[in-house]
Amino acid sequence: MEGKIRFVQGNEACIEGALYAGLNFFAGYPITPSTELAEHLSVRLPQIGGKFIQMEDEIASMAAIIGASLTGCKTMTATSGPGFSLKQEALGFAVMSEIPCVIVNVQRGGPSTGNPTHVSQGDVQQAKWGTHGDHAIVAVTASTIQDVFEMTIEAYNIAETYRTPVIILLDEVVGHMREKLIIPEQGVIPTIGRLRTAVKPGVDYHPYFPREDGRLPMSDFGDKHRYNVTGLFHDMWGFPTGKPEEIHKLMRHLVDKIDSYANKICKYKEFYLEDAETVLISYGASARTALEVVHYSRKRGRKAGLLELQTIWPFPQQIVREVCAPAKRVVVVEMNMGQVLQEVKASVNNPNKIFLCNRIDGTLITAEDVKQVIRTIQGKGV
Amino acid sequence: MPVKDYIRKRFFPHIWCPGCGHGIVMQGLLNAIEELEIQKNNIAMVSGIGCSSRIVGYLDFHTLHTLHGRALAFASGVKFSKPSLKVIVPMGDGDATAIGGNHFIHACRRNIDMTAIVMNNRIYGMTGGQFSPLSDVGIYATTAQYGNIDHAFDIAKLAKGSGATYVARSTTYHVTEMRKYIKQAIAHKGFSVVEILTPCPTYFGRKNNMKSAVEMMEFLKNNTVPIGSKAMEENPKLVERGVFVNEPKTEYCDGYDKILEKAYIAVKGAQS
Repeated sequence: MEGKIRFVQGNEACIEGALYAGLNFFAGYPITPSTELAEHLSVRLPQIGGKFIQMEDEIASMAAIIGASLTGCKTMTATSGPGFSLKQEALGFAVMSEIPCVIVNVQRGGPSTGNPTHVSQGDVQQAKWGTHGDHAIVAVTASTIQDVFEMTIEAYNIAETYRTPVIILLDEVVGHMREKLIIPEQGVIPTIGRLRTAVKPGVDYHPYFPREDGRLPMSDFGDKHRYNVTGLFHDMWGFPTGKPEEIHKLMRHLVDKIDSYANKICKYKEFYLEDAETVLISYGASARTALEVVHYSRKRGRKAGLLELQTIWPFPQQIVREVCAPAKRVVVVEMNMGQVLQEVKASVNNPNKIFLCNRIDGTLITAEDVKQVIRTIQGKGV
Repeated sequence: MPVKDYIRKRFFPHIWCPGCGHGIVMQGLLNAIEELEIQKNNIAMVSGIGCSSRIVGYLDFHTLHTLHGRALAFASGVKFSKPSLKVIVPMGDGDATAIGGNHFIHACRRNIDMTAIVMNNRIYGMTGGQFSPLSDVGIYATTAQYGNIDHAFDIAKLAKGSGATYVARSTTYHVTEMRKYIKQAIAHKGFSVVEILTPCPTYFGRKNNMKSAVEMMEFLKNNTVPIGSKAMEENPKLVERGVFVNEPKTEYCDGYDKILEKAYIAVKGAQS
């Protein structure tokens, strides 16, 4: 790919991706290790006429981006574990009222204040189930600076297409490490804008009546159509309802509009998987370690491969099942107690050959950690 | 334009109890908007959770019914992203000062051009009559069966101390005055707060020996006085009505325009 070459942190690459996708409203609150996002955007957004606001807390930041999205903005907030916990309330509101927005979580160690300046991947399940009630969600991740840029653009495209909040799950290592980034000319990577209704003024507009393809064209606050937005179960006008049939229909819609398109939404990268006997599954910073192990093994004639997940929610069950079926052993490499491991096990026919290689001490998982686990599985001792 | 033209008739009847003051506030609000001749398309109304917050669903504006206490945070996003919109935030006393207390004081401090209408009935109505930060000592509620020991906020003082640039208080008994303050607040450039004392006969009245809505209205009439009234010297328990603050201060979106200018100059400078 051709374009402007920069040498940047993951957090900055995320900003470049967001601006490429059309970000024009950011609300945030300082928290390590995501603060660079707020700091840089406080400079960049005013330069393009965009809006930057530092709110009083994490809850308010999440609320503000939902409000701004309703006036037609492409929005972002950025945080880390403790702040992500606080955002869950309004995140659920965005799910229920189907407001596109992007939430960056640069993961650090938890629970609680945990390990603020060190790496973890402990928020994978929180991204799915952090807010209350059944729902579908989209969460993407990346292991290289170029991928952070591209997956951020993808996050905005998904948010607009499916009218959903999208979570970008980075981690402290990816957020802070520096690599080459190529920013292509605008238009080289497709960006999806807001789908607005074609209903004319004066004609009844139903903001929550899905088209045949499940999509819901929007109308900006301040534009020609006035309608209600609520976090309550609602009818096609957006007005609260307690009718069982309407509640059922909306619940199904909220889940199906994401899960039915899982194969379209899910992105992943395959490395040496064609004949792999040892399959590694990983994502984010730990995928870098896993890839190093695969290269090491291949040099020695050992058939190892890597499936790197770039979308974590909806979970890419189909590709995981396909990749695991012929493998002799599968090792999930992650920096938590097995949050993706359990999803992989649930996706395959033979969960007994799925193993975990993890590190939970705030340091980046090493190639030696992975090699040791593979040796142990093969009965070669440690 | 008659009041009925501001209403979404499809969604009536409303959920409020007989004797509730929220309908009076709603009419006062619509009268004020009508007198100010603001187009419906130029108004965004954002609310949280509670009886009073249900106002937005009944009105034909751009309406956003959000989370308990968070209305001002959502509203800040709406206003800051589209400053041409008039943003009005109807709230309850628990919504504004308990769960939403942080957002309330910071909206005041930021002085973003929005109007908070705080309907103070001194009780959590929707959940069945629990005491709120406005109930005060000695009040009975479903979570204060032995009498409340929590001291109350003074919303007007709280708003003033936090930096709001227009602060007024009235009641649903003093309808003309209430409408006047709402009108001034909406017209004011900056963050404005109108506290309106309003009766909840169903929960506050029943628990506190005020059997009827009429009795509660009489309480509002007999226990409030204009600011500076001599009656206050004899009975400090009376509640003052009137305009507590009305002053100019740089509005937040205007302040941001200056940032845009500086950023633009910085970019031009770097290019040349």
